[in-house]
Amino acid sequence: MKLPRLLLAALGLAFACQVGAQSKYPERPVTMIVPFAAGGPTDVVARIVGEHMSRTLGQQIVVENVAGAGGTTGITRGAQASADGYTIMMGHMGTHGAAPALYPGLKYDPAKDFEPIGLAAGTPILIVARKNHPATDLKSFIEWLKTNGDKVNMAHAGVGSVSHSTGVLFNSVVGVKPTFITYKGTGPALNDLMAGTVDFMTDQIVNVAPQVQGKTVKAFAIATATRSPALADVPTTKEGGLNGYEVSAWNAVFAPKGTPKEIVAKLTDALDKALDDEGTRKRLLDLGGVIPEKSGRGGAALQTLVVSEVARWTPVLKGSGDAK
Amino acid sequence: MTEMFSNLALGFGVVFTWQNLLLCFIGCMVGTLVGVLPGVGPIATIAMLMPLTFKFEPVGALIMLAGIYYGAQYGGSTTAILVNIPGEATSVVTVLDGHQMAKQGRAGAALGIAAIGSFFAGSVATLFIAALALPLTKLALFFGPTEYFSLMLMGLVFALVLASGSILRAVVMILLGVLLSTVGTDGETGHDRMTFGITSLSDGFDFAVLAMGLFGIAEVMRNLDNVETRDVVKGSIGNLLPTAAEMKASFAPILRGTFLGSILGILPGNGAVLGPFASYSVEKRMAKDPSRFGKGAIEGVAGPEAANNAGAQTSFIPLLTLGIPPNAVMALMVGAMTIHGIIPGPTVMTKNPKLFWGMIASMWIGNLMLLIINLPLVGMWVRLLKVPYRLMFPAILMFCCIGIYSVNNQYQDVLAIALFGLVGYGFIKFGFEPAPLLLGFVLGKLMEEKLRQALTLSRGDLSVFVTHPISLVLLLIAAALLTMALSSGMAKKREEVFTE
Repeated sequence: MKLPRLLLAALGLAFACQVGAQSKYPERPVTMIVPFAAGGPTDVVARIVGEHMSRTLGQQIVVENVAGAGGTTGITRGAQASADGYTIMMGHMGTHGAAPALYPGLKYDPAKDFEPIGLAAGTPILIVARKNHPATDLKSFIEWLKTNGDKVNMAHAGVGSVSHSTGVLFNSVVGVKPTFITYKGTGPALNDLMAGTVDFMTDQIVNVAPQVQGKTVKAFAIATATRSPALADVPTTKEGGLNGYEVSAWNAVFAPKGTPKEIVAKLTDALDKALDDEGTRKRLLDLGGVIPEKSGRGGAALQTLVVSEVARWTPVLKGSGDAK
Repeated sequence: MTEMFSNLALGFGVVFTWQNLLLCFIGCMVGTLVGVLPGVGPIATIAMLMPLTFKFEPVGALIMLAGIYYGAQYGGSTTAILVNIPGEATSVVTVLDGHQMAKQGRAGAALGIAAIGSFFAGSVATLFIAALALPLTKLALFFGPTEYFSLMLMGLVFALVLASGSILRAVVMILLGVLLSTVGTDGETGHDRMTFGITSLSDGFDFAVLAMGLFGIAEVMRNLDNVETRDVVKGSIGNLLPTAAEMKASFAPILRGTFLGSILGILPGNGAVLGPFASYSVEKRMAKDPSRFGKGAIEGVAGPEAANNAGAQTSFIPLLTLGIPPNAVMALMVGAMTIHGIIPGPTVMTKNPKLFWGMIASMWIGNLMLLIINLPLVGMWVRLLKVPYRLMFPAILMFCCIGIYSVNNQYQDVLAIALFGLVGYGFIKFGFEPAPLLLGFVLGKLMEEKLRQALTLSRGDLSVFVTHPISLVLLLIAAALLTMALSSGMAKKREEVFTE
């Protein structure tokens, strides 16, 4: 009889500790899993936002880069981590939108296995071409794409990358089938675009803005509702006469399913404060990032976004990898 | 020319503040340290230290991070020479003759010549970047997928020259390396290849895992075979610095290595990896007695080390002028720069001249600091070899495990180095060299990617490889090298037959 009572007491104590832990959260550093290599666009957003969140929380947010399989390795690990608020993750358009279509064996459901904390920042997509391209605007570029069919070479940074998904979407919206040239990462793809070896690609503004400014590649349009202050000369897709192609590589913070509501609220609040901070905003805007309005922040808005993104990407990407 | 000097003057003006000099020094120190620790590479270190630099001015932060990078190249050669572990693809070659020199009691000379060669190469590369950064970027744009494939094919032929034993065995190891490089997700279709359903294999093997297993762990096992007779530095340590004769023998290799490394470092797509290999094979070809290579030839350390350091520095060129990171560390520098609000690209030089020239000037200062840090340390490192092996090997194993875990934060990697350690031990026992395998592995990945790109672009027409002039030249060089390697291999065989 003695043992169970002791066990019960221990359990009670543990429970009390946990309740205490929740109200005092966070008591130790919080790990933020970034499912890509350090230095990439998602990593940069995570570090900028994480730095300000640390100040609000009073504990350091430590970025842990767990790269692999288009970000799904890191997110899988995050989804399976203990839901105590000490492991959170930075998901993005790929891991929580495109992944279900691209990875049939995916071990998590973007809409069901997470507690959404909130949208952090989006980076708009640019349509860029080699600098000696004959087209002068988006309209004549699309004409050119249609006339040249599969003679056109489109570069992308690997199946599952942002440039691949958004490129596939672009082709399906415009109704063209260029030949895909696959690279590992944006860098080498951009090199061949600058050299004129390939004709065009779609990628995040942070990756290509300096080349557009330096006029080593030609930008035809930006896939957002309004122009970006970072590249004010580049018209939006809508201005260019293309409807149905507004897309951004969004980044958002998630916690594992079952993380206590109180902790989620604390994290959402810290993220919100970071996105209101002048210094943090400036850093994100300098990168060409788009910061969500108040209405687009928080868990509920993020949940809606995830559901709509999965629905949007699945039909476009299903089997796109081996479609050629 | 005057412009170059005024630019450099601007750069030195930026560096010569107490804060920036201190940051440069810290960067070099930290870099040397992580370079020496097996496995803890510059990538993990820069990623960890990046948040700390938030508070600094961008120039100071980047000077420090750059210092870590080339400091680690210095430190990496120390580990390669003393404990036979190449921390990075670029120090694989240093292992070959450097560790042999250490075994013969010439560790001091090997470390000394590595430091001196690196300093010389670093200084020349600084001037090189200052003078030719802009025109040289055009070279990068001439290298499309077709040219790249031919360059990598030439690289594989270099691997044959590396082998000191039988050519057939080297070929087997190269092909095994290429084969290992095909494990993982197919870039074009997204399907898994040869992963046997193991998720952690879907990104293929990591270079660090292979290198540490095949060299580091395997070497420890081999040494444990016969602890008593372990042949490293018994009595006298030997000269701490190279003798006049050794310096003289190293002079020309350092010059050639600097040249090769500087050129190859500029190529995007990690051309810097080829620098040390190219330098080694050139030195082996030019030597009066090539059989000394692999048995402790100082030229085999001096040339590749110079090439390594020159390439490490010139690989900043594509980053700073095109905005294209040529390797993983440079990709990280992109992140560090973007966090500080500077997006690397063609506009950096005009928009942030102080940053651009400050970083370049800091490289020279950093190299000088490294020489000052490293030469006095040579004695200390060499004494480390006198630590009894029963104390040293657990430390090596521990650092390998921590180091490899820090690369991807995956415990599977720690298991993998154990597995590759066993494989590497088998290789040693059966007389196969792991160096060509590693080169095959590094180049195999790039080759497959570039081959498929080139053939998709040409819509399947193989003739592009001979109709593109640069590609044709590279293929011809490769063919010539191969003929030479095979004929000398034949000659060796005949010699063996005769001696029997």
